[in-house]
Amino acid sequence: MAARFARIYARPVTLEVKALSRRFESEQGSVVALHNVSFRAHRREFLCVIGPSGCGKSTLIRMLAGLDQASSGEMLLDGEPVGGPCPDRGMVFQGYTLFPWRSVLQNVAFGPQMRGHSRREAEAQAREWVEIVGLSRFMHAYPHQLSGGMKQRVAIARALANKPRILFMDEPFAALDAQTRAQMQSYLIQLWKQIDITIVFVTHDLDEATYLADRIVVLGANPGRVREIVEVPVPRPRSREQMNSALFVATKRHLEALIHTPVEAGDDAESQALSPMIRMTQVGDDVE
Amino acid sequence: MLESGWFAVRRPLAPRRATALVLLSFVAPLLLWAAVSYIPFIWHPFVEIEQPGSVDYFTVGMRVEREVFAAENQKAAAEGRAVASGAPRNPIYLPAPHEVARALITAFRTPPRLPSEPWLHQSLWQSLQVIFWGFLLSSLIGVPLGILCGSFSSVSRFSEPFIEFFRYLPAPAFGALAVAVLGIYDAPKIAIIVIGTFFQQVLVVANTTRKLEPALLEAAQTLGAKRWQLLRHVIVPGISVDLYTDLRVLLGWAWTYLIVAELVGTTSGITYFINQQARYRNYENVFAAIFIIGAIGLVSDVMLARLGHVLFPWRSENRPSRLGAWLRRRRDPAPVTEASSLASIRA
Repeated sequence: MAARFARIYARPVTLEVKALSRRFESEQGSVVALHNVSFRAHRREFLCVIGPSGCGKSTLIRMLAGLDQASSGEMLLDGEPVGGPCPDRGMVFQGYTLFPWRSVLQNVAFGPQMRGHSRREAEAQAREWVEIVGLSRFMHAYPHQLSGGMKQRVAIARALANKPRILFMDEPFAALDAQTRAQMQSYLIQLWKQIDITIVFVTHDLDEATYLADRIVVLGANPGRVREIVEVPVPRPRSREQMNSALFVATKRHLEALIHTPVEAGDDAESQALSPMIRMTQVGDDVE
Repeated sequence: MLESGWFAVRRPLAPRRATALVLLSFVAPLLLWAAVSYIPFIWHPFVEIEQPGSVDYFTVGMRVEREVFAAENQKAAAEGRAVASGAPRNPIYLPAPHEVARALITAFRTPPRLPSEPWLHQSLWQSLQVIFWGFLLSSLIGVPLGILCGSFSSVSRFSEPFIEFFRYLPAPAFGALAVAVLGIYDAPKIAIIVIGTFFQQVLVVANTTRKLEPALLEAAQTLGAKRWQLLRHVIVPGISVDLYTDLRVLLGWAWTYLIVAELVGTTSGITYFINQQARYRNYENVFAAIFIIGAIGLVSDVMLARLGHVLFPWRSENRPSRLGAWLRRRRDPAPVTEASSLASIRA
C-alpha cells in the first residue's frame, strides 16, 4: 500500500492550494466560510473532499473552479497562479447544467467551439468524447430526453472535451438514485483510468469517497478548515464486494469520527438527554 | 376535497370537460347576445314604427322609445284616433348576430361610398402595415437593448431609470407632437405604436434576460466562454423561448395601440372604416370590423404559438410538433430512440 502512495507523491503536483480563505460580509457581520485551507493534488490522483454540511465544500470547489473569489491565499495549477474560470479547470455540477437548446453532441462541442474551432471541427472532436462516454446512440438527442445518469455523462464529456488538466466535480451524483449512482461511480473510475486527468471530487457520502478516492481531504465546519488528509488504504482495483472488507470499514469509521466529532464543546448535548416519547397514535404497543 | 371535480385546486380538468368549457366560453356570450336580440321580452326598449297611425311626427322605420310610443298611442286611443303600430327593437347600436354575420360578408364586397375612400380590405391592410412596422422598429432596438440591460449592470443602471419614467407617459399624449415632427400620414401612427411598445419591451426583455439560470453561465465560463461569447452562445439561445413568448404578448399590447394611433394625423386604416360606418349608422359594420380585428389578433397569436413549437424543439413541456419532427428528420437522419432504460448505462 505504501508503494501506491509513494508513486502518487512522486508525481508532479497539479493543484496546489495555499492558505485559501473565504469570508462573507453580511449585515450580521462577517462570516468566515473557509479558513486557511491547504492541500495538494498530484497528477492523475483522485482526491475527494468531504465534510459535514456547512463546512464550505461547495464554496471551496467553486473557488478552485474560479467561480468565486478567495479572500486570501492562492491556488497554483502546475505551478502557475490561477484566478477566473478557465477550460483548463473543468467543472461538473450537481445539477448537470447542460445547455437545453443544444443536443448532446452540440453540448460537448461547446468548449472546442469557444476556443475558436469551427462548428464542424468542434463537433468532430466532440463525437469522440460522446463515444467514449457511451452515448453515440443519443448523439442528437436533447437533454430533456435523457435520464439523470446520461445527463451527467454528457456533462463529464463536455468538460473533458476541453482536455483540462484537472476536473472538479461538485457532488455530481447526489441527485441520482442509489442504483444509478453506483453505476456512475464504477463508470467514473473506469474513465479516470483511461485518461490522464486529475480529479477533485466533492461529496457528502462517505461510502462514495472511500470507494473512489486515493486520498480524502476532510474538512471541519465553523469555520471550514482542513482537519485531516486521509490516505485510503483499500487497494485498487476496488469492487463493490470490498466495501465490506475490514480495511474499508475501518477507513470509513475513521472518517465518520472526524466528521462527527463536535468541533466545539456542547455540540453533542442533544444526543445526551432522551426526552420522553411523544405519542402520535393511540396504538398501545411500543415500537421497540 | 375531491381529487376530480370542477374546482379541484391546481389540478387539470378532464379533457372532455375542458373542451366543453372552451366552447362554452364563446357560445355563452353568443347565446346571451342572441337572446337579447331575438326574444322580444328581453330588453328591446325601442319600437320601430310600421304604421304611423295618426301620430303626426311618426314616420315608417323610425325608432322611438317604448314609453313615448305607449304614451302617444294612449293619447290617440283616448281621442279616438288611429293608433300607431310597430315592432319591439333594440337600440340601433346593438345589431342582432345575423346582421353582423351578414355584414362580415357584405362589408368586403360593398364598394366604398366615395371613390376616393378605401375598400375594407385596403383599410385592413393599411392597419396591418402600421402594426408591423411599428412593432418591428420597436423590437429592432428594444430587444437588443433589453438583452444588454439584463446582462450588464452598467447598461441597466444607465438606461432603465429613464425608461421606467417614460413608461408612464401615455403614448396618445404624443400624438400632436408626432404629427408636428413626422407629418400626417403613416409615420406618426407608427411612432405612437413604437412609443407605446418600446419602453415596456425593454423592461420586459431585460427581466427575462435576468431570469436565465446563472448556473448555465457559470458552466459556460468553465468551458472557456468569454464575455461576448456568453452573450451570443448562452444568453441569447437560453432566453429565446421566453423571449418569443414575451414578444407575442408585446405584439398583443401593440395591437391595443392601433386604434389610438390611427386617429393621429389623417385617420386611416380600420379605424377610418369604423368611424365612417358609425357616422353612417351602420353599426353592424362596426361590430363586424371589431370582430375582424379580434379574429386577426387571435388567429395570428395561435399561429405564432404553433410556430414556437417548431422553432424550439428542446422545450420539454412541448407536445412534440409533427412539423418540427419532420424537419429534424431531414436534418439528422440518425434515429433518436426514447432514452429511458438504465440498461443502456454500461461502462
